[in-house]
Amino acid sequence: MKAVGAAAFALAAAFAVILPFFLKPYGLYLISSWAVLTIAAIGLNLTLGYAGQVTMAQGAFVGIGAYTVALLLPVGVPFPLAFIAAGLLCFAIGWGLGYPALRVQHHYLAFVTLAFNTLVFLVLRNEEWLTGGIYGINGTPRPVLLGWSTNKAINFYFFALGVLALLALATWWMLRSPWGRAFLALRENPVRARSLGLDTRRYTLMAFAIGSSLAGLAGALYAPLVQFIEPASFSLNMSFNLLLMVIVGGSGYFFGPFLGALVAVLLPEWMRIAQGYYLMVYALMVMVLMVFCPTGLFGLVERVIKAINRRRAVKAPASSLNAQGAP
Amino acid sequence: MQVAMASFIQLLVSGLATGAIYALIAVGFTLVWQTSQTINFAQGEFVMLPAFFILAAMNFGYPFPIAALIGIALSVVILGVLFKIVVVDPMIRHGVLPLVISTIALSLFLKEAAKDFYSSQAQPFPSLVPPTDIHVFGAVVSTQSLAVIGVAVVTVLALHLLLNKTRLGRSMQATAQNPTLARILGISVRRMVLYTFLINGALVAIASILISPIYLAKFTNGETLGIAAFLAAIIGGFNQVRGAILGGVILGVLDNLSAAYLSSQYRAAFPLLILIVVILWRPQGLLGRIEERTV
Repeated sequence: MKAVGAAAFALAAAFAVILPFFLKPYGLYLISSWAVLTIAAIGLNLTLGYAGQVTMAQGAFVGIGAYTVALLLPVGVPFPLAFIAAGLLCFAIGWGLGYPALRVQHHYLAFVTLAFNTLVFLVLRNEEWLTGGIYGINGTPRPVLLGWSTNKAINFYFFALGVLALLALATWWMLRSPWGRAFLALRENPVRARSLGLDTRRYTLMAFAIGSSLAGLAGALYAPLVQFIEPASFSLNMSFNLLLMVIVGGSGYFFGPFLGALVAVLLPEWMRIAQGYYLMVYALMVMVLMVFCPTGLFGLVERVIKAINRRRAVKAPASSLNAQGAP
Repeated sequence: MQVAMASFIQLLVSGLATGAIYALIAVGFTLVWQTSQTINFAQGEFVMLPAFFILAAMNFGYPFPIAALIGIALSVVILGVLFKIVVVDPMIRHGVLPLVISTIALSLFLKEAAKDFYSSQAQPFPSLVPPTDIHVFGAVVSTQSLAVIGVAVVTVLALHLLLNKTRLGRSMQATAQNPTLARILGISVRRMVLYTFLINGALVAIASILISPIYLAKFTNGETLGIAAFLAAIIGGFNQVRGAILGGVILGVLDNLSAAYLSSQYRAAFPLLILIVVILWRPQGLLGRIEERTV
């Protein structure tokens, strides 16, 4: 089983590296936005899938990150510094929001974060002296790293892919650490986690702040990707979309956000045949998926694999030992 | 001084009218939440849609009053019965979050459907009474606002009588408070849950009729209305019908007063600030009871 997973991963990774050479600029833009949005979705998966807290403010944090970079680059701050600043700022704001908000949990937290998202939107729209109001900020330059310009679409894609890989690796490492296991304990049984001596509030807060900072880092790439940011891009819609990505991919599965973001970015494009109706079809598909498999696409895959294993186990009882050893 | 007073009265009346509509939406929202734990993220779109049912019926040549009844009936069937059978029932065993996602997708679906099948342009919508102004103590109050308040008060009173003075209503309350005990007492819990969905269907249709002449019928109307309903429900108290009414009225009045006296740019921010204050200091809402948690 592990081998199958590893093979699938290697195949997907190879695909991600080879595919861009066969794409036109628009295709490159799409897969670049996939890479960027996946980063934000990984952050949301941390908060939602691992720590079990529903947040609707992920889009706002992407916005804060994007505006941070768009404002810092023109005054001469180098990209790496601006990038880190976006992450740190979102970490700090996430901590500041989470500290009072995590007193209440579940659907209340959803509403507090929903309110926060709207507040951020209003500030971005109304504080024209800083953010340019509804006119947004134009022409955020794409970074030049050690003389390598990411101005070309394909270069920027590889840059975004590289950042995605690094951040995914860091998240993977964190989830394997005692911290990550504590996050899981929070989701599975908060009362038991607390009775075992975990400072649940601190860990939840940490998951929330790290999740928010990943959104900020995604935003830091989003601004140079689209090169035009406006408040409306970071309204509740983006938060909903990110939420859909995590759920459709499979929340709590490490690779869930990768798949979910891919579906969310590509599906509307493929369904252009359905013309104006594609959002309706997309919404319907999400609803159907939720009915038949609320654990998302990865949950579906897992269920299919389990079913196959069970059938195999019936045919040859000896092999069932191997099947059960697999995760 | 007198001018200031007059404009204050004007703002208060139009705020009460807005608040009355919010209250209707929030009451439906809390009823459905209480009996089925459904957080309906499509509630705003539920208010947007009946206006289009009514406009469509009028396009078939029915006069407005008949069309309004058709709209309410369609809303009860589609947004009440169908919503429960098609969306909520298959999801409820999966827990709250998948259902939340599903209603978010539903809101997108309804919005797009209204846009694609009717129009993306704002549609004029007939008002209940001819819009004239009445002068009261120097203040100018529109008959429309008064009609809205009147209809909302009558609706809420009717609902109050139904819930508190009839056997059916008390069975519904029992179902909301303790489904297991209600079942033991011989109440058909399933049917009671269905009734709350029907009531929600009727309430959103009435709210739609009241609000569409003011905002025009547009497919994006649900976005602000849905959030207003959540806010009202939380501020007032998620588990109380009275709370939702109070929350709605506070929200509507505050919305109008803050836009006039504080900042029109940040008018949408004040309800959110109140929400945050309420959640932090009184998470059960102003009139709510604390729900006990089971381990």
